Amino acid sequence: MKDAFGTPQSLLLLGGTSEIGLATARRLIARRTRTVWLAGRPSPALTAAADSLRALGADVRTVPFDALDTESHEERLGKIFTQGDIDLVLLAFGILGDQARDEADPLAAVRVAQTNYTGAVSAGLVCARALQSQGHGSLVVLSSVAGERARRANFIYGSSKAGLDAFAQGLGDALHGTGVHVMVVRPGFVRSKMTAGLAEAPLATTPETVARAIELGLRRRSETVWVPGALRVVMSALRHVPRPVFRRLPVR
Amino acid sequence: MAAETTTDTEAPDMSEPLTGWGRTAPTLARVLRPRSYEEASDAVRACGARGSIARGLGRAYGDAAQNAGGSVLDMTGLDRVRTIDATAGLVVCDAGVSLHRLMEVLLPLGWFVPVSPGTRYVTVGGAIGADIHGKNHHVSGSFARHVTSLELLTADGEIRTVVPGTDLFDATAGGMGLTGVILSATLRLLPVETSLMTVDTERAGDLDDLMARLTATDHRYRYSVAWIDLLARGAATGRSVLTRGDHAPYDALPRRARRAPLAFRPGRLPAAPALVPEGLLGRTTVGLFNDVWYRRAPRRRTGELQRLSAFFHPLDGVPHWNRIYGRGGFVQYQFVVGHGHEETLRRIVQRIARRGCPSFLAVLKRFGEGDPGWLSFPMPGWTLALDIPARLSGLGAFLDELDEEVVDAGGRVYLAKDSRLRPDLLDAMYPRLADFRALRAALDPRSVFTSDLSRRLAL
Repeated sequence: MKDAFGTPQSLLLLGGTSEIGLATARRLIARRTRTVWLAGRPSPALTAAADSLRALGADVRTVPFDALDTESHEERLGKIFTQGDIDLVLLAFGILGDQARDEADPLAAVRVAQTNYTGAVSAGLVCARALQSQGHGSLVVLSSVAGERARRANFIYGSSKAGLDAFAQGLGDALHGTGVHVMVVRPGFVRSKMTAGLAEAPLATTPETVARAIELGLRRRSETVWVPGALRVVMSALRHVPRPVFRRLPVR
Repeated sequence: MAAETTTDTEAPDMSEPLTGWGRTAPTLARVLRPRSYEEASDAVRACGARGSIARGLGRAYGDAAQNAGGSVLDMTGLDRVRTIDATAGLVVCDAGVSLHRLMEVLLPLGWFVPVSPGTRYVTVGGAIGADIHGKNHHVSGSFARHVTSLELLTADGEIRTVVPGTDLFDATAGGMGLTGVILSATLRLLPVETSLMTVDTERAGDLDDLMARLTATDHRYRYSVAWIDLLARGAATGRSVLTRGDHAPYDALPRRARRAPLAFRPGRLPAAPALVPEGLLGRTTVGLFNDVWYRRAPRRRTGELQRLSAFFHPLDGVPHWNRIYGRGGFVQYQFVVGHGHEETLRRIVQRIARRGCPSFLAVLKRFGEGDPGWLSFPMPGWTLALDIPARLSGLGAFLDELDEEVVDAGGRVYLAKDSRLRPDLLDAMYPRLADFRALRAALDPRSVFTSDLSRRLAL
């Protein structure tokens, strides 16, 4: 059960090697979290992630999970909930893709869309139903500022996050009053292995900062969290910039 | 999505999100309101895999009367006062009867509830389940000590009569509803001549002064409590206003009041607004309030006549006062440390003052003997209760540190108020917890009685 400060005792991380996800797990283990499920494709990285959290004193279990294999979500994720309540589901999987290559290779672009959007819709719905039947819990969805307005430079990734963001908002409204809390997190440029080699955007942040924002959002039962907070103002302005001008804005 | 879940034969969806009085951590439960013992028994038998828990007037601060995904029995429908023995001073009533109702019924007959907490709006069942205490703990002990018998609906759907001195009684008193649903109780009452209180008020300049006064003269009073200014620092740390008193005898009343010596007319102010901005109660506002509150109290005043409601339940005058902390709600922290651990108390008060927790409802009391309930909170020593806005940053970690101090001193925190304790500290705080768990495992092997509190703390 979550305590008065929204701190969970059990966590299911979808995308078990996500840097933001693991940073959040570390923060929560330092508070109340004792049980952690890491869902991801079996790999040495996933095992290493589990070991690193075990070293902090948590009871960590890994589950094979592939966002693209939506057929298996129901069974794989459903099984986790039969072993005990999950207080927090953190939907953290996603891929950035390579805009230039993906534009030339539609199948690669579809893979981005299927991972970030279709896979998340499936996993999100499975988890939402399980949370609803236990009557409590939070579903935290990692969206992105890239979904707020599509940009020339990364619109394939951006459009998948836009879909995810809209899905998560709607799901949050559908679950309002059911004891289940859905929180959409929109980080800006996060310095991580996913963005390694890319030029940094303004207001860049770190996985640790996003983790702190998630913990705060849980305490406040927020519905939307921007990281850093200033992005909320920046994006609400950028949203209204006329297309011809927006198109000409510098790439980063 | 919500519509899909109502596939059961029970057509109306009675599910609603519930919180405790502190308005934190809402969870969804099916709320059933039994109107008879049979309905209660049926509800328990049909409760499903996620169990059931009784709920009274929702005054427990944390998650004691919530049951996520399961059912919650709203007991306020069982609200009959069954019999009153006005000569012996005994009342038999349903568990859903509030102390407010009992006062309305009993005061005109010259009887008063044996233990009254800071609010009249608690049910008899809740009072036993949390084994509540009042300002008279040093004289009268906790609530369950005045229960001569109770009827308990257990997990098998049977109704058992439980009397003091048995294991089941001691597990039920303070057992947070986890042994079963209390259906009715017989209470031993306190005779009173009037509905007024004669009250002595004095100020204590700091915490040591306060403890010295409580130690020296508490035994002269039936009721005693101190309001403490937890924002005062330096030499004034722990400055307090001490109010102590007893029921006024008939002779003490002025002529006008003698016409209706047992009248019970609690006043009522407008309710707190539904939406209060976050952060209204910050360090500045609460500091100011505390300063004024301390200074306007008389240095020493004796024999003042006060209405019973003003003395016992000042906050009941403002319906929904828990809204003043805003949407984020608040956390109530109450702990006790035994005699001989005054140093711990001093250190905790200093830490709270240094950190500047904006708490204006902080009270300190000197407990009497401990109570027989296995999970009863009181023990001989000092108890401090304070409430703090939940949005205060770093509060969780800060309270965890205070817990460590409390445990090191052999003390404990109060489950009826808890919403955030670290589960592994519980065994040290409640030495009879193992017995409690064993009794529950035998009596209720399928864990029919389950609450968010019992899940969170693995009770």
